Amino acid sequence: MAKETKTLNLNFGPQHPAAHGVLRLILQLDGEIVEKADPHIGLLHRGTEKLIENKTYTQAVPYFDRLDYVAPMNQEHAFALAIEKILKIEVPIRAQYIRVMFCEIGRILSHILNVTTQAMDVGALTPTLWGFEEREILMGFYEKVSGSRLHANYFRAGGVHQDLPKGLDKEIGKFCERFPKIINDLELLLTDNRIFKQRNVDIGVVSKQDALDYSFSGVMLRGSGVPWDLRKSQPYDCYEQFEFKIPVGKNGDCYDRYLCRIEEMKESVNIINQCLANLPVGPIKTDDGKISPPPKKEIKQSMEALIHHFKLYTEGYRVDKDEIYTAVEAPKGEFGVYLISDGSSKPYKCKIRAPGFSHLQAMDYLIKGHMLADVPAVLGSMDIVFGEVDR
Amino acid sequence: MQNIQDLEKILNSELNTKIKSSYIKHNQIYLKIDEADLTEVILFLKTNSKTKFRQLIDITAVDFPENEIRFKLVYLLLSHEFNQRIIIEMDVKEKEIVGSITSIFPAANWMEREVFDMYGIDFKDHPDLRRILTDYGFEGHPLRKDFPLTGHNEVRYSHETKKVIYEPVKLEQNYRNFDYESPWEGTKYIKEQTKE
Repeated sequence: MAKETKTLNLNFGPQHPAAHGVLRLILQLDGEIVEKADPHIGLLHRGTEKLIENKTYTQAVPYFDRLDYVAPMNQEHAFALAIEKILKIEVPIRAQYIRVMFCEIGRILSHILNVTTQAMDVGALTPTLWGFEEREILMGFYEKVSGSRLHANYFRAGGVHQDLPKGLDKEIGKFCERFPKIINDLELLLTDNRIFKQRNVDIGVVSKQDALDYSFSGVMLRGSGVPWDLRKSQPYDCYEQFEFKIPVGKNGDCYDRYLCRIEEMKESVNIINQCLANLPVGPIKTDDGKISPPPKKEIKQSMEALIHHFKLYTEGYRVDKDEIYTAVEAPKGEFGVYLISDGSSKPYKCKIRAPGFSHLQAMDYLIKGHMLADVPAVLGSMDIVFGEVDR
Repeated sequence: MQNIQDLEKILNSELNTKIKSSYIKHNQIYLKIDEADLTEVILFLKTNSKTKFRQLIDITAVDFPENEIRFKLVYLLLSHEFNQRIIIEMDVKEKEIVGSITSIFPAANWMEREVFDMYGIDFKDHPDLRRILTDYGFEGHPLRKDFPLTGHNEVRYSHETKKVIYEPVKLEQNYRNFDYESPWEGTKYIKEQTKE
């Protein structure tokens, strides 16, 4: 006689340590098998896009830090590029190098967090402790260059806010010497670890076609074997001057995505090293006084500089009527800004395309037929940060 | 890589009756189409071997409250093979129902839900059209230009009733939207005076 079964509805979150934030996931379970997953998002919705419509372009930058708050500068980059393309600003080469360097630091920040917390979700605590020490150092670099560990507000249209403080390049260089060993240590803990492999190999497999259909980008797409990276295919700033490889996965499972992230960290170190070796000297923002604020010294002496400063920090600069979509390869995937300007100093519309949004959407497809215990593993490998999903 | 000009020509010849206008700017193709042709155009762009726009990047809307046709729906597509981006735009009236493209791109599901939530545009044949980013039981569509920045309700925990309650927004200080427009070019009221 067949035993009667009943499906069970389970609320995973909104407060759950493995949900990486505030996710309410309603799971329909048949025993331990997940039949359906319905993510309820929006618990961290702050109306970023609405707020940006009501602020000047300069005031809008800090909102981008608060989207994917583990790699803030990568997002500012997309916004800065959008404005620069509309206004046709030439960014000085030193600024481009600094931006690329800090974007790669952001990538390492994000990948350390993801790799180690994914390990924690499947039962390993040590990688988190080791990895977070390094994140601390990297956030120290953020602080030195922008004055703030997390919400940097550093990339502005036309360049960066201020130059690197003296000696910072040497410190970053030292970090780059040491860091590959740390990656190695993490790999020793995880890559061949039996438990880690049992929990990740063949879990959450995404085929090539599905990765495209579900709008996956970044590691989620590359893990499934699609060699696509905006830094290579549609290079922005000075990325075409650097040599780096794009790691691509084979099976599209959680384990391949983990391997991709580890390799990407190594490539990022490589890019930072190239930046440091060839760091040009020169200005760090455009000299157009109508867009970038004058140096403090000039304000005390030059009337024009004083006027520019006043105008930039009250009205802000104006952006011609235009419509543009720009995207960057953020650590989590394609981060895009669709900007409509109307000639005033505030954006008319600023749609933010967050990679995590489309990744999380595929949760139901990814988890169907898996065990309950695989939910955190799949969630972890998707690299979800609710700041950007909910906006 | 396919040249962007050639691609525009191909699109115009293959879809000529369906395209209202097209132009190239910032190295991207902008297409303007009618709402009725949406699914056909998207399906063509996705499946045709000369275009291969196989990834839907995003769907969004723009609100122009002063226009007769209030909304503009925007679809962003990406072709990996040809390394090209396309922006498809169409005008949508306030209570018009738009065809869903979830059967072509499963990723459109949440994107259309977001447009529905933020702008109140309805989609026909959408499998699960619910609000997505706003609260349960939320009213209004936040990204419409006539929705106030501060919203209508605020939430707090009430010690008297021992539960979370909703109240109309009370601000200690109103949101201050200063008019910074340059006095050298004349503020709005001076402009109006000089005109007279």
